[in-house]
Amino acid sequence: MSPAVALRAVPDIPAPEPIASKGPALLRFITCGSVDDGKSTLIGRMLYEAQLVHDDLLDALARDSRKFGTQGDKLDLALLVDGLSAEREQGITIDVAYRYFATPRRSFIVADTPGHDQYTRNMATGASTADLAVILVDARKGVLPQTRRHSFIVSMLGVRHIVVAVNKMDLVGYQQAVFDGIVAQYREMAARLGFDAVTPIPISALEGENVARRSTAMPWYAGPSLFEHLETVEISASAAPGVRFRFPVQWVNRPNLDFRGFSGTVAGGVIRPGDEIAALPSGRPSRVRRIVTQGGDLDEAVAGQAVTLTLDDEIDVSRGDVIVAVGDGLTARKAFAGRLLWMSERSLGNGEEFQLRLASATAAARVSVLGAVDIHSFEPAAADGLGMNEIGLVTVALDRPVALTDYRGDRELGAFILVDRVTGDTVALGLVDAGAASLVRGADAVARRAGGTGPAAAVRRHLAEGLVAGWRAGLIEEASWRLLSGLGMAALTQAVLGDWRLTIAAGLLEALLRPALRFAHRKGWRALEQRRLARAAYDADGSGI
Amino acid sequence: MIQLTHLEKLEAEAIHIIRETVATCDNPVMLYSIGKDSAVLLHLALKAFYPGPLPFPVLHVDTTWKFREMIAFRDQRAKELGLDLIVHVNQEGVRAGVNPFVSGSRVHTDVMKTQALRQALDMHKFDAAFGGARRDEEKSRAKERVFSLRTAEHRWDPKSQRPEPWRLYNTRKRPGESFRVFPLSNWTEADVWDYVARENIPVVPLYFAAPRPVVVRDGALIMRDDDRMALRPGEVVETRMVRFRTLGCYPLTGAVESTAATLPEIIAEMRGSRSSERQGRIIDHDGAGSMEQKKQEGYF
Ligand SMILES: Nc1nc2c(ncn2[C@@H]2O[C@H](COP(=O)(O)OP(=O)(O)OP(=O)(O)O)[C@@H](O)[C@H]2O)c(=O)[nH]1
Ligand SMILES: [Mg+2]
Repeated sequence: MSPAVALRAVPDIPAPEPIASKGPALLRFITCGSVDDGKSTLIGRMLYEAQLVHDDLLDALARDSRKFGTQGDKLDLALLVDGLSAEREQGITIDVAYRYFATPRRSFIVADTPGHDQYTRNMATGASTADLAVILVDARKGVLPQTRRHSFIVSMLGVRHIVVAVNKMDLVGYQQAVFDGIVAQYREMAARLGFDAVTPIPISALEGENVARRSTAMPWYAGPSLFEHLETVEISASAAPGVRFRFPVQWVNRPNLDFRGFSGTVAGGVIRPGDEIAALPSGRPSRVRRIVTQGGDLDEAVAGQAVTLTLDDEIDVSRGDVIVAVGDGLTARKAFAGRLLWMSERSLGNGEEFQLRLASATAAARVSVLGAVDIHSFEPAAADGLGMNEIGLVTVALDRPVALTDYRGDRELGAFILVDRVTGDTVALGLVDAGAASLVRGADAVARRAGGTGPAAAVRRHLAEGLVAGWRAGLIEEASWRLLSGLGMAALTQAVLGDWRLTIAAGLLEALLRPALRFAHRKGWRALEQRRLARAAYDADGSGI
Repeated sequence: MIQLTHLEKLEAEAIHIIRETVATCDNPVMLYSIGKDSAVLLHLALKAFYPGPLPFPVLHVDTTWKFREMIAFRDQRAKELGLDLIVHVNQEGVRAGVNPFVSGSRVHTDVMKTQALRQALDMHKFDAAFGGARRDEEKSRAKERVFSLRTAEHRWDPKSQRPEPWRLYNTRKRPGESFRVFPLSNWTEADVWDYVARENIPVVPLYFAAPRPVVVRDGALIMRDDDRMALRPGEVVETRMVRFRTLGCYPLTGAVESTAATLPEIIAEMRGSRSSERQGRIIDHDGAGSMEQKKQEGYF
């Protein structure tokens, strides 16, 4: 039997009943982790299981496997994904590959990222748009430095859902003890990274165990297969676009004297004709007249839609400006604090100048390095330059005001790249993070007070606080909700004791009241959180970088 | 509030990329290969600049071996839409008598497509060229950026591509350098057909099954589109119900037997298919890594 035929004999995925999808119809995820942990093999396996590998490609794979394969006579599924000749020759992934597949329940865009240190920039690129990360760990090796590095980057870029896929279980006799040990090790390491959910799954990418179907080789594992998890996981709103209307202007559409429209993609919120807006940085107000598309004018446009707006007044708006709802509170700034992932082979010196690109804006940017985070220990230390793949805490001074805000609250207006002005290379990706500056300023103050603990220790403390802050806010919200609903229930029970008819009424009330209360409560918290973020950004900025 | 569908998201992303190019490059052009991906790309570009006209010309690199129906379709669409259509033929190649039968697919593609494209881009000094390539087409394409930088010699260096995080596209380039821009990067073949159906986009009739004169050659069904294709001993032209999944030079494009004559039928057939879209493309099989190599040389 040819290898291709052998592989095809894998049982089909049981056809799942179509369920009302709770999350997005599309899930974007990445595979990451250390060198050779099996990321590409896993994606090859997933494509295969999703019936995406056509017969002619399977034949080509069988040929390639004989030539470059690492699995003897067997198919090397990684070769489905490692598409560059340099990758196939060396048996490693160099650049990120984007693949597309769908199961009856969801469609997926998956980015296969390289494990090698040297290509961390490509891993970060894949992570920047991901809703979820599958972090692979080789069952024989456990958590490696690169596992930590990737986990940190994924956390920094705002991915909140993690699957820890303990791979190559076939090589450790499918033992539960090995799996449990690695999971404990990972959880301890990730405790400070502020993930919403860490889901461990024992798999063998090579054999397909727990990938598309539940494994019979590991009866001790009762959880879902990887596919089941990816199909049903709910992605929390933190990754969703913000609620405020923000519209970076990409291009001014002026085909003739009678039409002047502003084209762009809505970054957050909703806009309707008649809404009052302001253009940043000028701050000039106007009102939306029309939302123009070729298919006809729209009554409203939401985040993600590419539209053209016309305004009531002839105010001056050009590419790089941001149209916001009046009262947004967003301001244009000439300086900010943030984090950088330095991606160039040449290192970054203090005070160097680059071109910054943020949403549709460009500006000249002078970068001061305050510190660097050691991504193996997660500890920040003083630094005045950055080497390739290092993460730095920086302040950035711009030659003109740009509308921007914290990445945590707005993925679009808080993310930027730095471009080398001579070579044109993309040398860094960055996040606006007001905390980064206070972190270092705070470090100085604390160090002075403590007299000798050194800035590194203080910076570490501040960093850790920053990482758990989001998690803490969630906890308080949950606790206060429990209290509130508990009190409500107590009052109702009291009433019920009096009369059975009241019991029914109370039951109905509880059923109707609870979701309404929950909704209002959540909304209130969100508004508070937004205000806190905005204030924090303002404070940090106001105290003069 | 409206929830965008998968197709609507892809559409918005493509429009965003097209606008970004026009806003940041001096002299863009749209490569128009007359196939379904080009049809979708053109449709999206018209949307991107509405109510204005298309702010760039459309370039067809004609190898002189395209199906006649493709050329007729191209000219008709250009007229209907008022396109600024540039047709470029590598006249040196024509004079040298390069053709797919005598020169072989590799030389033919190199001279009449890759070199021709480079000539046209240089001649008009285009600094950005839109193409309809998708990452799902081929495994080296899966690695390509949306804004793919080419040197002044039009070379692609797959090992040192610029990172492209979020949707922050770095459109900075040095004199002589140019971009190939791929707004459909994240689309699949199924998405393209679903969108063609949703938007009612006209496509070349060759995509739909019809009785056509074909010859079985080297295991492929080649349509004899004109009598420049000489028959080899033993070959007979037979009429079969066929259609094309991808369109290129007729001697290099294999047909598939099919009865799918409507869009829904095509979509159903594609979903059930066990072979990949580019299987019919003879040039893709000229050696392992051949697409990557052609791309390095300046092919799309
Ligand atoms: N036994 C066994 N081998 C595996 C498994 N998964 C992957 N491998 C092998 O591990 C080696 C590395 O696999 P890859 O998929 O290339 O690893 P990777 O993580 O993509 O590597 P980089 O991208 O270079 O970091 C190959 O020889 C695979 O065949 C598994 O579940 N079991
Ligand atoms: Mg790999």
